[in-house]
Amino acid sequence: MSYASRRAKFNEKFDEIFSSIFGTLAGFVVATGSLMRFAIQSIRSVFTKPFRWDEIISHMEFVGNKSVVIIVLSGSFTGLALAMQIYLGFKLVNMTALVGPTVGLGVLRELGPVLTGLIVSARAGGAMAARLGTMRVTEQIDALEVMGVDPVQYLVSPRIIATVLVMPLLTGIFDFVAMAGCWVICIFLFGIDQASFWDRTTMWLKPYHLYEGLFKAALFGLFFAVICTERGYKTKGGAEGVGNATNEGVVTSMVMIIVLDFFITNLINVFYRFQKYFMS
Amino acid sequence: MSEQDDKPQSEAVPSPPTEEASSARVPEDKNTAGRPKFTGKNAIELKDVKKSFDGKEFVLNGIDLQIPRGQITVIIGYSGTGKSVLLKHILGLVTPTSGSIKVQGQELTEMTEAQRTQLRQGYGMLFQYSALFDDMTALENVMFPLKEHRRGQMKKSEMQEVAKARLKDAGLDPKHFNKLPSEMSGGMRKRVGLARALALDPEILIYDEPTTGLDPVLTEMVDNLIVSTHNARKGSTSVVVSHDLYAAFRIADHVAMLDSGRVLLYGTPEDFLNSEIDLVKRFVAKGVRKELTPKEGEEPLRSTE
Ligand SMILES: Nc1ncnc2c1ncn2[C@@H]1O[C@H](COP(=O)(O)OP(=O)(O)O)[C@@H](O)[C@H]1O
Ligand SMILES: [Mg+2]
Repeated sequence: MSYASRRAKFNEKFDEIFSSIFGTLAGFVVATGSLMRFAIQSIRSVFTKPFRWDEIISHMEFVGNKSVVIIVLSGSFTGLALAMQIYLGFKLVNMTALVGPTVGLGVLRELGPVLTGLIVSARAGGAMAARLGTMRVTEQIDALEVMGVDPVQYLVSPRIIATVLVMPLLTGIFDFVAMAGCWVICIFLFGIDQASFWDRTTMWLKPYHLYEGLFKAALFGLFFAVICTERGYKTKGGAEGVGNATNEGVVTSMVMIIVLDFFITNLINVFYRFQKYFMS
Repeated sequence: MSEQDDKPQSEAVPSPPTEEASSARVPEDKNTAGRPKFTGKNAIELKDVKKSFDGKEFVLNGIDLQIPRGQITVIIGYSGTGKSVLLKHILGLVTPTSGSIKVQGQELTEMTEAQRTQLRQGYGMLFQYSALFDDMTALENVMFPLKEHRRGQMKKSEMQEVAKARLKDAGLDPKHFNKLPSEMSGGMRKRVGLARALALDPEILIYDEPTTGLDPVLTEMVDNLIVSTHNARKGSTSVVVSHDLYAAFRIADHVAMLDSGRVLLYGTPEDFLNSEIDLVKRFVAKGVRKELTPKEGEEPLRSTE
């Protein structure tokens, strides 16, 4: 094979790969752009009349109340498992009294918001995408528009607000039961002294660790609610479309929560550093 | 049956709250409040409207159509010729690829979303599959537009009265008022959808295949309801998309036939009966049998041009 023909073949392959990368990238940018526009539109319509308190309350009930059981279950078992694992490590260096604060920090700052986000996005986020998708394909959203009711304001904004409000509460419950699980394991299974458990835990855990986690939770709620409602709202084509929208919404939300968590954690650390700088 | 059904309706319509609310919203000239007086002949004008969803195939391919104010215009055509898409253009739910759409003299394509939302409050629409809110009962569905747009003007009990009256007009038995759409038959859902469309006494009424899937008795009842509703509101404009040529001739002042994304023929029912266009002649011949959809195994009626 001559150099020229090999060169041509290489060019062709290169173009192909490049255009596919570019296409994916462009698609991603466009999708992100339209998601942002949707988010801005729905957050803006929260502040337009009529205010939909009833809707917000009923969605809070749906997102929150109906997730409590799952959250309590997964929270307590997370606490139990984590305490067990960490005890094994700390026993080697005879610092078992530090199991409490270690589990506490991990749960309050990371696992609480992340796991709550994942669980609630799968349950409530999926349900939102399915509901809005069904309303789209059965022309209920068109019917709203024809009646002069802004469907984003009526359907989307209350769901987003309700999720942002409820996520910190659920995370708080998760944190509480996880710590309770940890306490049960430490005191009754490993026989760690009550007083030193509490002493160490209150020494290391500060309220701002809790607030940090709750802030993250609200942010995760915002993200998965926007993603899932957007997928549902823009559903195309029949029952199959609804299934796809639900699937896409949940998967995107979960990945986004894990990816975002890293960046938010970093941002929060930067914030702490600046805070110290300003205070000193 | 329909004659008797119309009687309670004409009594129910002027129930005080509705009358008050609608006269507050719709001034003498039948225009939406706040807009300059519109005295034009055509409520809706479409000029060379083209629409393609995918950039290749044109669902609408140069629609020219004038819908006269104060009359009933029926749009006929086969399934998939873009009748529903045309209605969505008129409602401003879909933007045309090119062309102009004027509603009461105002260019729809140049309006902001807020202006379009405002405009739509003067529309009432019955969807092809009713499009009822499936988490609300029949009564709640009809009350919904009232709750949205009559907040502060009507008490909740008044809204309930109006909604009940509308549902009775549409022929729904009161024992079904608190049923969810999933517990109702297709015909019952249609009635609820009709009641909901009429809840606000709109100026422009749009029906997307209101009688498709209903039995002949119900079809006649719905047709009569369309006409009596239209007549009860002087100056209101009705646009009916239909499969049913027989009904179209009975209720229409004007008929427009769509084919291949264009208006094949526009005229009075007589124009259709006297038309020399081959497809229209075959259409009219079919119309005697009331159904326009080609039956199984039949050669489909398609434009051959
Ligand atoms: N939102 C949409 N996206 C893509 N294609 C559409 C959309 N809405 C309608 N169509 C297509 O337009 C054509 C006309 O549909 P429609 O107006 O529903 O027909 P009908 O005359 O039976 O009401 C169909 O082929 C349909 O697939
Ligand atoms: Mg249709």
